[in-house]
Amino acid sequence: MDRGIEAAVDETCFPLKVFLGHVRELADQNLNYLFIPRLVSIESKSYICPKFMGVPDIVRAAIPHLPPILDTIIDISKTDKYLKNDIIKVGRLFNARDKHIRQAYHHACQELKFCRALAGQGCTMAEAIKIWEGENIDISSETDLKIGVLGHGYSLYDESISMNIINRLRNMGCKVLLPEALERLSVETEAATMPKRVFWTLGRKMVGSALHMAKRDDVDGIIYVACFGCGPDSMIGEIIERKLRDQAFMLITIDEHTGENGLVTRLEAFCDMLRRRAVVCENNLPAHG
Amino acid sequence: MKITFPHMGNMHIAIKSLLEGLRLEVIPPPPISKKTLELGIKHSPEFACMPLKINIGNFIEALDRGADTIIMAGGWGPCRFGYYAQVEREILNDLGYKFNMVVLEAPDSKLSELLKQIKALGENVSFWEFIRTVKYAWHKLNAVEELERKLEHILPRTTEKDKAEQIYEQGLVNIDKARNRNEVDKAVVINLEAMDKLPRHGGQILKIGLIGEIYTILEPSANYNIANYIARLNAEVTRSIYTSEWVNDHLLGGLVKKSNHRYILKTSKPYLNYAVGGHGRETVGNAVNFAREKYDGIVQIGPLTCMPEIVAQSVLGQVSSKENIPCMTLWFDEHSGTAGINTRLEAFIDMLRRKGVQQAVAL
Repeated sequence: MDRGIEAAVDETCFPLKVFLGHVRELADQNLNYLFIPRLVSIESKSYICPKFMGVPDIVRAAIPHLPPILDTIIDISKTDKYLKNDIIKVGRLFNARDKHIRQAYHHACQELKFCRALAGQGCTMAEAIKIWEGENIDISSETDLKIGVLGHGYSLYDESISMNIINRLRNMGCKVLLPEALERLSVETEAATMPKRVFWTLGRKMVGSALHMAKRDDVDGIIYVACFGCGPDSMIGEIIERKLRDQAFMLITIDEHTGENGLVTRLEAFCDMLRRRAVVCENNLPAHG
Repeated sequence: MKITFPHMGNMHIAIKSLLEGLRLEVIPPPPISKKTLELGIKHSPEFACMPLKINIGNFIEALDRGADTIIMAGGWGPCRFGYYAQVEREILNDLGYKFNMVVLEAPDSKLSELLKQIKALGENVSFWEFIRTVKYAWHKLNAVEELERKLEHILPRTTEKDKAEQIYEQGLVNIDKARNRNEVDKAVVINLEAMDKLPRHGGQILKIGLIGEIYTILEPSANYNIANYIARLNAEVTRSIYTSEWVNDHLLGGLVKKSNHRYILKTSKPYLNYAVGGHGRETVGNAVNFAREKYDGIVQIGPLTCMPEIVAQSVLGQVSSKENIPCMTLWFDEHSGTAGINTRLEAFIDMLRRKGVQQAVAL
């Protein structure tokens, strides 16, 4: 993390700094190639974010003495017919035959499906990957609250970026509902209720998930984990907050802090508030005194 | 229907004449002031970029003056600007304002679509009247720009800097008031001559390229008028973006004026190889271009957390060392003091001057 912060321009967002830290670590290891795809768009007519689109250039400018970078452009906002060709091009660098490359691609797609199915059952993507690799993880515990946690995958599931927020919530006796566990279709339908289509893939997913969770009775509260300096989040967070006026909602912005107490205190307070609300409601008292 | 729109530099002069030509009642927001910014900051999301905050301030002030329709531009990302209108509508609705918001969007930069949307606003306007209005607005836009460029040229060279700025301001007012082409032309000529007559000093003039995000460059109150501040330090500022060029490149598809937009995009290679939204790529391309035209230095400006500009800034360091040109980046947000910015600019200009002297001695 510290090495990334050193290399990055001050204003970049936190995940990108961590990313640069990873690259610096890797660059020291005598690699033949470094694979940094340029993720422009992973869906038609949507983008991820400008920073993703410039990542290979940022890396090149920030870190000297790099191994050759494979910066395949992944852009299917208009058409997806180049994607397969690009995959084959990358494969050819390793002297593989086209047929093998195709097989490998299909195999990868299947494994990804399996992984997603695991994530759908309530574990995080990081945990799903661990299960997929053959580890056993036990996440069932006694819970009385169900909290929806939203955030971009790269920050939410990275234990050091998100300061392990998911496990912290679990230890506080909450069941965590993640966007991956929601049905894709219902998320998209909710997102489509926005007056203008959100053109960030992740942003749209967040808006849809938030609105969907807000409608469900079994979700007690929603937490949005945003990163400091994230452009889309500054808009999306605002919209969600305004749409969910009468829901329990908390926006947490994470940054280069190293102190965890602030986060823990806020999470505890949020949970306590939800629990008290539940008790008060059972006594049939009005929620606002 | 009383229409208002957000400010962006001197664009309001052209927009106003366009809308008035469509027989609409226009209530432009009052000039951006400290109060505008305060209103905007109070009601906008904390991490949103500065233009959104100023927009909100503009709208609130205009709505308070009786406007009931807002015209706002849109877009399809990946820059945040494309979602501005939506967030702004939510914010103003929650504040209890009643208004109608018209979002002008040009899908894939198709001019015909945009013109249709604008024309739909006008009531009882014939096609020819509409075309004439558009042309007239374009004329005013160019007139304003002629003044802007003149000021950029004169301000560093004259000894009467306050006077030059006054003439310029007066010129803008005259163009705004002008009712036909002749009056516009007359206003331009008078003011250009007045500026030419100002006494000059013979000192050395540095050349500075000003690059960055479009709104911050065009709107002086979003950059604390640093263009004029630099000019007062006897350095000539060339902006990377002029309104008419932008309109020409993005709305008219480069048809009206010859432009170097394509060339600029090309020069951004190999530093930045892909469009990153906003003007990120143009920023890098212009930086390279300024360096090759032997400018003395580059100042990049942008609103804090602007995504495309951050990408550009990350790459600019490399441009600076390879093309051998000093670069400085300034981010603008809710500061209220200008002393910090001014000190940094002064130091930057002093450094450039010293560098120039050293090179001359070495020769």
